[in-house]
Amino acid sequence: MLEIKNLQAKIGEKQILNGIDLKVNAGEVHAIMGPNGSGKSTLASVLAGREDYEVINGTVQFNGKDLLELEPSDRAAEGIFLAFQYPVEIPGVSTINFMKTAVNKIRHYRGQSPLDAVAFLQLMKEKMKLVEIDQSLLSRSLNEGFSGGEKKRNEIFQMAMLEPKLAILDETDSGLDIDALKIVAHGVNSLRSKNNATIVVTHYQRLLDYTVPDFVHVLYKGKIVKSGTKELAKELEAKGYDWIKNEAALV
Amino acid sequence: MSKDNQLLEEFTSKEYEYGWNVNLEADEAPKGLSEDTVRFISAKKKEPTWLLEWRLKAYRQWEKMPEPTWPNVHYPKINYQDIIYYSAPKQKKSLSGLDEVDPELIKTFEKLGISITEQKRLTGVAVDAVIDSVSVATTFKSTLGELGIIFCSFSEAVKEHPDLIKKYLGSVVPMGDNYFAALNSAVFSDGSFCYIPKGVRCPMELSTYFRINAANTGQFERTLIIADEGSFVSYLEGCTAPMRDENQLHAAVVELYAMKDAEIKYSTVQNWYPGDKNGKGGIYNFVTKRGLCFGDHSKISWTQVETGSAITWKYPSCVLKGDYSMGEFYSVAVTNNYQQADTGTKMIHIGKNTKSRIVSKGISAGKSQNSYRGQVHIMKRASNARNFSQCDSLLMGDQCGAHTFPYIDVENQTARIEHEATTSKIGEDQIFYCLQRGIDEEAAVALIVNGYAKEVLNQLPMEFAVEAQKLLALTLEGSVG
Ligand SMILES: Nc1ncnc2c1ncn2[C@@H]1O[C@H](COP(=O)(O)OP(=O)(O)OP(=O)(O)O)[C@@H](O)[C@H]1O
Ligand SMILES: [Mg+2]
Repeated sequence: MLEIKNLQAKIGEKQILNGIDLKVNAGEVHAIMGPNGSGKSTLASVLAGREDYEVINGTVQFNGKDLLELEPSDRAAEGIFLAFQYPVEIPGVSTINFMKTAVNKIRHYRGQSPLDAVAFLQLMKEKMKLVEIDQSLLSRSLNEGFSGGEKKRNEIFQMAMLEPKLAILDETDSGLDIDALKIVAHGVNSLRSKNNATIVVTHYQRLLDYTVPDFVHVLYKGKIVKSGTKELAKELEAKGYDWIKNEAALV
Repeated sequence: MSKDNQLLEEFTSKEYEYGWNVNLEADEAPKGLSEDTVRFISAKKKEPTWLLEWRLKAYRQWEKMPEPTWPNVHYPKINYQDIIYYSAPKQKKSLSGLDEVDPELIKTFEKLGISITEQKRLTGVAVDAVIDSVSVATTFKSTLGELGIIFCSFSEAVKEHPDLIKKYLGSVVPMGDNYFAALNSAVFSDGSFCYIPKGVRCPMELSTYFRINAANTGQFERTLIIADEGSFVSYLEGCTAPMRDENQLHAAVVELYAMKDAEIKYSTVQNWYPGDKNGKGGIYNFVTKRGLCFGDHSKISWTQVETGSAITWKYPSCVLKGDYSMGEFYSVAVTNNYQQADTGTKMIHIGKNTKSRIVSKGISAGKSQNSYRGQVHIMKRASNARNFSQCDSLLMGDQCGAHTFPYIDVENQTARIEHEATTSKIGEDQIFYCLQRGIDEEAAVALIVNGYAKEVLNQLPMEFAVEAQKLLALTLEGSVG
């Protein structure tokens, strides 16, 4: 589904991604971990097409398409979803309104007719239940005055609405209480299928207890320095990153 | 939510949509302005002598007045002798129904998306359509008539209700109020008149679509709305003008008069031709709009969405004379390319316990200049007066300008005045967030801008809100990236 080869990217004069290789197949869950500032969010942004980052080398194939050639909105329509580490506020625009626009834009891209109000409402109700989010929250200005946890839950609601092929969750677990964490994990799990894939960026084992990854990668200084199974995440939780850093320094 | 959706789907046309010209045989005054022009207009309209005298008095005052230079707008000097002051579409006889209306005219309305028949059938909006200064179709008259509501063209009102006109014409905006009001008073061609009797709630939105059609024709509309004690009316004014190269002058006057316990809600969506991308052409919109809350507990509310005109000079105001009366002003003004807008309001508190609320949202893009100019004046007698003002500016790009000129005069120490102002830019973060959800850049801007203007758009009746949202988006097309 996704194949990243030797991806290098910079912002301004600063190179942040230093040659990333990663292959994600349909049906898989990959966790990406790594110390602060190692480039996890940058990788997510580059995949989503944020313009501030300049790709200086490498290729990204997504379902047979050259992802880097696509406009950010087209990437979304092709099925890439990014749950933001810091969701953005848009005053005066409700989540409902935002989602209605997004859903129909994406449907338009795919040559489908727009959902009418009834169908949209039905879809919304179903997804609201899945992530246990309240309609009153969805009627408020998007992310404005939301608590940290509400913002994250709202991201997962949006993911559920858009049913992406590849979801990238950037620290969606941070700031969630235990109950919210379970709900989010439940949401992610119930959207899992053999046709889609998930990349989970996280610092903690706890989300991975519920959403069990097939692979765990450690990003350090803009490179994947170690990959393993879910056991690797547990090892990191127990030992921290120093041993990885040391290993990396030896190479 | 369906509003935005509809808006986004109709996001297609790039040029000014309403830029075409129908061939209506005009019946024009010769170019130029003199006492003779004033007499010509008055004669053409078969007016009574008192009205001719009134016009001439206004003309003589205008002659002595200097053109104002204080607004923050710049334009080449207007040659008032190079303007045609009267142009009426030719009509064979007076009309009793829509079927008799010139089919060319009906086509015009259809191009504008205002099929009167459709509107009549579907929405229950009574439309008094003004094209080139003369009312040609008035609908729903009988329904309104049963309630004693008068809704007709100004000329008709002069004939049918001379006492009301005589009493209220110029009672809110005196003929010599300002340069453009004086000009209008001298040469106004037509407009709308509305009277709501005591205790009557007008059951439908009253609506007028203005349209400039013939070349080189100044538009001098005059609207007068009187709400008698305890009555209510919501009035909509929409404007579109065809594309044209020369600048055209539009100097309208609107007077609202609210008696005890009466309420008038006046909404405008203005999209006169703004000129092209290089600042060539466009309408000069110099309008005087004022409402008088004459009686106690009366209320006047202005809502405007201003997207058009090369230059806008407009301050819908409220004179709060009655105790406990209330004035509101909700405005969205968008400028793009080389447009200039200097708009705002005046709230004059005279009565006790009067209240006013101002919500102004400016949006500037391209090389445009957008100024908010607002005055809150609390007079001596106005104890316990209250005002709240919120003036926000949104900038798109770094070549445009937003300016705020609030003037506050307080002569009574019991007044409570709050003023808030913000300036913001559409954030890259916000755009990217939208893009990441599959919403393209233009749609993202439309969404964000409509969100920003929501508090004002919410004041508009539903059909108008949809149109206004579309206009905001159209006006800002191509202004990012
Ligand atoms: N606009 C920018 N200008 C300069 N440096 C930047 C910019 N954006 C990101 N960086 C730098 O790039 C590096 C990687 O940042 P990134 O946000 O990808 O880290 P991360 O792995 O997601 O960290 P965290 O775990 O704290 O979220 C950091 O050193 C950061 O300061
Ligand atoms: Mg990060």
